[in-house]
Amino acid sequence: MASIDKTDDSAVVVIGSGAGGGTLTNELCQKGIPVVLLEAGKRYTIGDFTNDEWEAFNQLSWLDLRTASGSWRVARDFPNLPAWICKTVGGTTVHWAGASLRLQAHELKARSTYGDLDGANLEDWPLALEDLEPYYDKAEKKLGVTRTNDLPGLPGNNNFKVMYNGATRMGYEHVHTGRMAINSQPRDGRPACQQLGFCFQGCKTGAKWSTLYTEIPKAENTGKLDLRTEAQVVRIEHDGDGKAKAVVYVDANGDKQRQRARAVCVAGNSIETPRMLLMSDSSMFPDGLANSSGQVGRNYMRHMTGSVYGVFDKPVNGYRGTTMAGIVEDESRFDDSRGFVGGYEMETIFLGVPFMAAFLNPGAWGESFTREMEAYDHMAGMWLVGEDMPQESNRITLHDSKRDQNGMPVPNVHFDDHPNDIAMRNHGYKAGKSVYEAAGAIRTIETPPYPSTHNLGTSRQSADPDRGVCNSFGQTHDVANLFISDGSQFTTSGAENPTLTIITLAIRQADYIAEQMQKQEI
Amino acid sequence: MTTHESAMDRRRFLRLGGAVAAVTAVGAPVLVASDRALAIELTGALDQHGADTLLAMLRRLYPHASLGDVYYLNVVADLDSEADGNAETRQLLRDGVEELDTYMSLAFKKLSSGYQTKVLEGIEGNAFFEKVRGKAVVALYNQKLVWRQLGYEGASFPKGGYINRGFDDLAWLPDPPASASPPTNG
Repeated sequence: MASIDKTDDSAVVVIGSGAGGGTLTNELCQKGIPVVLLEAGKRYTIGDFTNDEWEAFNQLSWLDLRTASGSWRVARDFPNLPAWICKTVGGTTVHWAGASLRLQAHELKARSTYGDLDGANLEDWPLALEDLEPYYDKAEKKLGVTRTNDLPGLPGNNNFKVMYNGATRMGYEHVHTGRMAINSQPRDGRPACQQLGFCFQGCKTGAKWSTLYTEIPKAENTGKLDLRTEAQVVRIEHDGDGKAKAVVYVDANGDKQRQRARAVCVAGNSIETPRMLLMSDSSMFPDGLANSSGQVGRNYMRHMTGSVYGVFDKPVNGYRGTTMAGIVEDESRFDDSRGFVGGYEMETIFLGVPFMAAFLNPGAWGESFTREMEAYDHMAGMWLVGEDMPQESNRITLHDSKRDQNGMPVPNVHFDDHPNDIAMRNHGYKAGKSVYEAAGAIRTIETPPYPSTHNLGTSRQSADPDRGVCNSFGQTHDVANLFISDGSQFTTSGAENPTLTIITLAIRQADYIAEQMQKQEI
Repeated sequence: MTTHESAMDRRRFLRLGGAVAAVTAVGAPVLVASDRALAIELTGALDQHGADTLLAMLRRLYPHASLGDVYYLNVVADLDSEADGNAETRQLLRDGVEELDTYMSLAFKKLSSGYQTKVLEGIEGNAFFEKVRGKAVVALYNQKLVWRQLGYEGASFPKGGYINRGFDDLAWLPDPPASASPPTNG
């Protein structure tokens, strides 16, 4: 591993080591570009992971104080946990389920396709599916996504059997064990999935792709990476020309450090990324760095989500096996005759008893609740994940009085459902109920959205510098050597789990940064 | 969501018999399961009546006929342990117990199931209720023996996962075709 001097201004500084930052780091290092990777969390190994939901949650989650506001139920039930994402090397790729889906062509043209919806701040992406396809190919090869490149699908578990039977009886046609970044056979030095059922707790076999044990060690092997853990960024500094110059972070000892940079790539997830930009305001950038559009922090999307559980009179044991290897794709199409624009996926999901108790119906108690818990091993479960509408008022702001352990303002996450989100969720709840009833469910349960796992859009791409923060390469419109390298750059959310697209954009961004550096543009 | 730290290490489990007499002699409250299988010594932050009342409240909040008192006692012990180190929690719990007892002019633990539910519905959402409910939903359902009662097997990695232990053993529905669900590889 490299050791890059703090006054060395030749390296790219990447903030965050998850899907975007971790991938970008490795791609740059493979090209011979030196990288300082700043990760706020600690580094764990696969051996440190635990098959225990609360223990793993406390080990891996981003638990710094956050606040939540708005009419979403998460603000009431989990006011200090608006998002369930990670603070550790590997970021949320340690916790993710592995579902790896491409955006659809029309989803990249959301404003043109859907028209202007009241209250929605829709915009077309400044790129088309054809621009992404070569990079999607690379991303799928990198991750070893099942059902691509002749890699077999994963074997379906009990939860999938129920989904499959119900969905196909209902007439759904696109039902399978998904395109998953989880090895269905040994590959890339990692084993095949052993069906543990603890994908969210850090995969104990490494069958699930994570930057922690793929991109980051590969980058270290180039000798170009200086990875600093427990390094929490508090400010990005610029020079008199308005170019990013240095990154200030607080190290493990609580001391402030300043790392000079040739370029800065921000990949702190869609809450921390805008927070860092907003905290970096200056006389030249009074509303926050790269925020001349006023869009930094706005258009926060978290996907239309919700879950449906079916209760059966025979055992399912749905907690066993790969959590999300099961999908119904039929509702992801664009068909506004359903009463909403955009589409959604149905994906298998299941939680252990500890998290089922916390999330099945947060705040619920009494006999109606315990009756559901007693049906735990007779349940099948699905997660609904669909496109939600960008709204300017859904946004990340800096709290006016609350401060974190470094004395920095904590982020507030404000979210209200758009009527389109509600119409889509309503459709999904009904469809999910029908699926399980077709499989013989005696009753079904509608579960509200969990704390956000898909956080998107708060520094979005747009062709028009007035309507977004960065261009199609994630390069900010205002600061040429400052890049958005995570899901914050999503213009719209699409229906699909976002990680594959974050990785795809990171690979594309790495090519662009290398080219710009070669041309001495940055 | 609270950070759950089991009070297991800080608490003494007492088999009923001589040990109980020894502890009661020094005066610390002791919670005894209704089936008298187990008793738990508390710190004294909660008095005996408070602990008994919280036990009754927990059994009404999360009523599982299949679970013995011991699982609920563990939650009371967690609350007691927190109250021991936190004066604010101690006061909140003491005031809350008093509120439970005065809500219907009869002590809470003497109320019928229906009346107990009515009291809890009446205070739902207040700080005391949320403290107890929030602690209980984590601590009750984070016990391995409760998992077993509910049919959850817990950690699977030490046993090699479920790949050879029934991840796809559901037999009351037809198996999906290989195109949707391929056989296991590698």
